[in-house]
Amino acid sequence: MTLNREYLKEVFLKGPLGLTVISVVLGFVVGAVVLLIAGFNPIEAYMAILRGIFSKPKYMSYVIIYATPLIMTGLSVAFALRTGLFNIGAEGQFIVGAMVAAMAGYFIHLPMLLHVPVCILLAASAASVWGGLAGYIKARFGVHEVISTIMLNWIALYLSNWSVTLKSFGKQGTGKSYVIQETARVDLFGQWKITEAGIDFIRSHRFWGDILKSPVNVGIIFAIILAFVMWYILNKTTLGYELRAVGYNPHAAEYGGINVNRSIITSMVISGAFAGTAGALQVMGVSHRIAKLAAMEGYGFDGIAVSLIGNNTGIGSVFAGVLFGALKYGGSKIQDAVGAPTEVINIVVGTIILFIAMPKLIRMILQARNKKG
Amino acid sequence: METLIKDIGFIIGTTLMYSTPLIFTSLGGVITERSGVVNIGLEGMMYFGAFAGAAAAYFYQDPWIGLAFAGVGGMILGLIHAIACVSFSAEQIVSGIAINFLGPGAALFISRMLFDGATQTLTIPNKMPLPLDFLFGEGNLFPSSGFMDLVFNRFATVYIAFFLVFLVWFVLYRTKVGMRVRAVGENPEAAMTLGISVTRIRYGAVMMSGLFAGLGGAAMSIAVVSRFSNTLISGHGFIALAAMIFGKWKPQGALLACLLFGGAKGLEIFLGSKGVPIPGDILAMLPYILTIVILVGLVGQTTPPGAIGKIFDKSEHS
Repeated sequence: MTLNREYLKEVFLKGPLGLTVISVVLGFVVGAVVLLIAGFNPIEAYMAILRGIFSKPKYMSYVIIYATPLIMTGLSVAFALRTGLFNIGAEGQFIVGAMVAAMAGYFIHLPMLLHVPVCILLAASAASVWGGLAGYIKARFGVHEVISTIMLNWIALYLSNWSVTLKSFGKQGTGKSYVIQETARVDLFGQWKITEAGIDFIRSHRFWGDILKSPVNVGIIFAIILAFVMWYILNKTTLGYELRAVGYNPHAAEYGGINVNRSIITSMVISGAFAGTAGALQVMGVSHRIAKLAAMEGYGFDGIAVSLIGNNTGIGSVFAGVLFGALKYGGSKIQDAVGAPTEVINIVVGTIILFIAMPKLIRMILQARNKKG
Repeated sequence: METLIKDIGFIIGTTLMYSTPLIFTSLGGVITERSGVVNIGLEGMMYFGAFAGAAAAYFYQDPWIGLAFAGVGGMILGLIHAIACVSFSAEQIVSGIAINFLGPGAALFISRMLFDGATQTLTIPNKMPLPLDFLFGEGNLFPSSGFMDLVFNRFATVYIAFFLVFLVWFVLYRTKVGMRVRAVGENPEAAMTLGISVTRIRYGAVMMSGLFAGLGGAAMSIAVVSRFSNTLISGHGFIALAAMIFGKWKPQGALLACLLFGGAKGLEIFLGSKGVPIPGDILAMLPYILTIVILVGLVGQTTPPGAIGKIFDKSEHS
């Protein structure tokens, strides 16, 4: 029994999980110190976050809704990272996906069973092109993907903003597009909720009724399926093997007969598709339209954090996405509860990533503790 | 003819104004990357500098104190990046990402504390001075809003930026310290055997890059505009990074790249003000498209410093 425990301890401390957990804990510790210096009670602030997450079924539902796009952009970044590419462009690919889904949802008329997949496919394809473009520029011209994807993010933002100024697509003067049709939505019970039976149900069922007050949608199911798809592609297919080989050592991969340039493009295409699906489902399940963006919304950038916290794996991204979604949703409530700025969440997340970047430091801390004990 | 000259003056003037924050930040990028440390945290450092500069300029009613705060603020973030990358062998891009969460997070956190829950500062009372203002206007050397006025009557930060380009070039290529920075960036192992402290050089370089990025942020918040807001920086740090690459990791190259980007911005504003029938959003894409096109055109011509981004662990070499 003791042997087994020792073994588990070994795995935890040496493997990525221990590193992540310790980084997360340290992130919260630093956040607490910041709150303390600013004159707030960190325990009260963190309790407010916990209450904001768990005290009502509706809140938990919101956490999932917040987490859904972050999981998928996290997958997008993670997929690219596993193949040796840094996709900072998930943000732009998300925007392109959202824009195309909003267009397909508004312009195309189809029955629901076809309309939903058509919207998602079109959005994912457009975002694939956006991501693949960065891959192509890297493969063909050697321009680093970090730079090209950042530029493509801004081009996507202005493209999306321009699209809502078009007469046929945007309501003039509102900076918003028209809402997509019912057949393109992935909300659960969206229509039923506003019928009499639906309202009765919400009033009479405390738990499920409360959950239905949030915009519940099937996005999270897609996110989990996509996490599985990512794992499958990377670990169970020849393509995935090749992509990982390129990520691990492009020279060796080339020597082994793998077309490195093609792999770079393929990887960015798939990565873009993940982020584009995230944007599409956000429109189809939550916002039902796009609006003029004054600045980056941060889905893609948060996806980088999700990927890194989740150790660049599918399952890790799901958990990290939920953690991030919870922090974002719960964190938005500490302003009202204790008056502390919401941005302490960014500081916590930034600190977590900083510690994740420094496995050497974490190991040193652990070794120092072991020596003492 | 006179309008044409004035228009050109206007475009050059706006170009200078918008290039300046980029020049500062881009120089910071040159310094850190020449020492072999990638810093994509420039964006976060610029963001924090823009806030710290505007906040200090507001409370002390002095733009110069604002500039100093911005530099120190950026430097503190630089120190964090240096600790992670140099002392603890962090993955440099990941650490940069962390800085890009920490910088804006800290800026907005403090902003909400100081400015009554707002994510922007109040308008600063005194902007950066125009040092050559005495030359222009009624009874002076040049008429006001003429070509010379439009081009040369600029904020002090513009002149400082150009001077710093020269200074950074001079230090990097004409002094011992600069030679050491470049040696460390090309081949840290060799530099170490010559008795150069890789750690000390890199700490210095990364912190300097924070200082420059901080100044770049302030050049935005207390000169181009007169307050900080949460959407003010939005990507300029990344653009400065691209400019540095386009400028082939050289101060003078970075300057040209920043001017080009600022020029695209100047053209965008000019065309917008003339009511050209191109939608504003499409015009706004111009600088970004131009950057990609130019980088593509540079195929195979850019050679980064030899040891860029590589983790250097001293203990492995002794």
